[in-house]
Amino acid sequence: MLRVRGLKVYYGRIQAVKGVSFHLHEGETIAFIGPNGAGKSSLLMALSGVVKREGEITLEGRNISHLGPYELVKEGIIQVPEGRQIFSGLTVEENLLLGGFNKRRERGWVKKTMDWIWSLFPPLEERKKQLAGSLSGGEQQMLALGRALMGDPRILLLDEPSLGLAPIIVDEIYSTLRKLRKDRSLSVVLVEQNAPLALDFAHRAYVMESGTIILSGETDMLKSDDTVLDVYLGRAGGDFFE
Amino acid sequence: MKWMWNPKYEAMDRENLEQIQLERLQAILHHAYRHVPFYRSLFEDRGLGPGDILSLKDLQEVPFTTKEDLLKGFPYDFFAVPLTKVARIHTSSGTTGRPIVVGYTKRDLQYWSHLNARVLLAGELGERDVLQISFNYGLFTGGFGFHAGAELIGTAVIPASAMGITRQINVMANFKATALVSLPSHALRIGHRLQEMGIDPKDLSLRVGFFGAEPWSEATRHQIEEHLSVRALDNYGLAEVGGPGVAFECQYRRGLHINEDHFYPEIIDPATGKVLGAGEEGELVLTTLAKEAFPVLRFRTGDLTSLDYEPCECGRTLVRMARVKGRADDMFIIRGINLFPSQIEDILFSFKVGPNYIIRLYREEGLDQMELQVESPLYQKDEGRNLKGKIAGEFMDRLTLEVTVNLVEPGSIKVSRGKQQTVVDEREI
Repeated sequence: MLRVRGLKVYYGRIQAVKGVSFHLHEGETIAFIGPNGAGKSSLLMALSGVVKREGEITLEGRNISHLGPYELVKEGIIQVPEGRQIFSGLTVEENLLLGGFNKRRERGWVKKTMDWIWSLFPPLEERKKQLAGSLSGGEQQMLALGRALMGDPRILLLDEPSLGLAPIIVDEIYSTLRKLRKDRSLSVVLVEQNAPLALDFAHRAYVMESGTIILSGETDMLKSDDTVLDVYLGRAGGDFFE
Repeated sequence: MKWMWNPKYEAMDRENLEQIQLERLQAILHHAYRHVPFYRSLFEDRGLGPGDILSLKDLQEVPFTTKEDLLKGFPYDFFAVPLTKVARIHTSSGTTGRPIVVGYTKRDLQYWSHLNARVLLAGELGERDVLQISFNYGLFTGGFGFHAGAELIGTAVIPASAMGITRQINVMANFKATALVSLPSHALRIGHRLQEMGIDPKDLSLRVGFFGAEPWSEATRHQIEEHLSVRALDNYGLAEVGGPGVAFECQYRRGLHINEDHFYPEIIDPATGKVLGAGEEGELVLTTLAKEAFPVLRFRTGDLTSLDYEPCECGRTLVRMARVKGRADDMFIIRGINLFPSQIEDILFSFKVGPNYIIRLYREEGLDQMELQVESPLYQKDEGRNLKGKIAGEFMDRLTLEVTVNLVEPGSIKVSRGKQQTVVDEREI
């Protein structure tokens, strides 16, 4: 569905992503794992068009390399940014409305989808008139996800959804994500430092190091891989590498 | 999809396959660059980095690697992981005393077994089969490679290894082997011995054979099929890129499907190094796409073949290489052992005979034979007999090869343009 060849991202003279190639099938989840600074988030931001990039991106055979962020959202490529980045001065409801901006002319879409999001995340409905900034970390993550869903994504880009959240909340978020991707046959690109989590959730994964992909494969295979075990999963049966 | 071990990859459409190849290539280039000094300098000498290779075509910027390069790295210079991560060591079958040493990590072994399962399943091998593997289990990659693939499929494996012909036949008959893995020349020997023993091959349970590790002709195929009453399938592999499991025939036998998701093939003009198009005959160059311990970039196999990208009737989209037609260099293979004339010259030099000599390869009752004719002033003298024995002994010692030595009159071997033809191969390959 999505095919990327030779993707590069520069910040000034620093090259954060050094010509990587990867692909995503319809309904598939791929994960990018790797240490901090490996270029995972830059790669995601390049996909959503919020940073300048080089390389070839095709969606169902169409070249979308030149599209900007707004056009990419219209194509259904929607990002849930790292650290949520919700509009804290707006209410929960207003945040969701903004997420549905690209669908505003579609009759009934906003109402229907918002109802669905309330059913997915009941705590959000209870707080729909509250300022988003007053929500807990977990609720903010739900809101960020809800806001992305309002845009009717086909490809959801998730940047560190577990970051800074208590394990029980992380479980909740991920079980919602599982349900979502199944019910809506979403394709997902996940960036996650929590490698065990990512390898459980994704179908395939790419291991990144200093802006390059150094290994890729099905997650079942990677889970038993020597390098991945040593570096990312913690060999001695520890919970996970941090 | 029937009789495919990994239909996802074996029948993948070309566009997706090329994407997979590119993705794996990016990882392997970085891996080789970071961990093997030879490859790093290969890039640096050209002012290149692995990040400059952004398409499969860009790979043509990377210089070739040769057997000689790999030999210089003896034993471990080409390993891209520390020995602590190596799970297995094998060698190439060249018996120079300094073979090419190759390593496998656990992941490599896992992949390798899957690749061999593909080879065997293409021959419709299943759980009900009994597979006799008559490849040597040792430093040679053949025995262990096929063994792991057969175990994945769930076939009963007989690790017959390098037993004598008669014992092979006894095992084959008594254990009711339905399939055989061996050198084609070995299969011929088994066939001849069956005749001698008065055994009708149809009384055996054998139905399919997987033959490789040396080139063999269609004539040999017919002989094997007749004398062993099997369907004979060709397969291709070499230790330098991982051993067996590189390419294999399906039931349609219209060339050997290359496992392209693991090996990226190119055909080059051996003289100029220019990359040739589909259908053009030249030297096969392989880049490993997933090997961790021993990646090779654009390795010149020395084998002459051509590539056919038309999808096969079997459903596989994997490119087919024509059966190997010969060598681009002067290497020759006898009884599964790779030999270069230089190895023979080393021996002759130590006995101060030559410099002119002829190696004649022929087949006697299915068995590869080698005759050496070499110039020596002792050719008519009694000491000559002694010398012949010593030379033959040295061949056995160094190369584990039986050779018939004949001394001839100095000056009698014809030299044309300063170089005599050293190898005369009469084996109809």
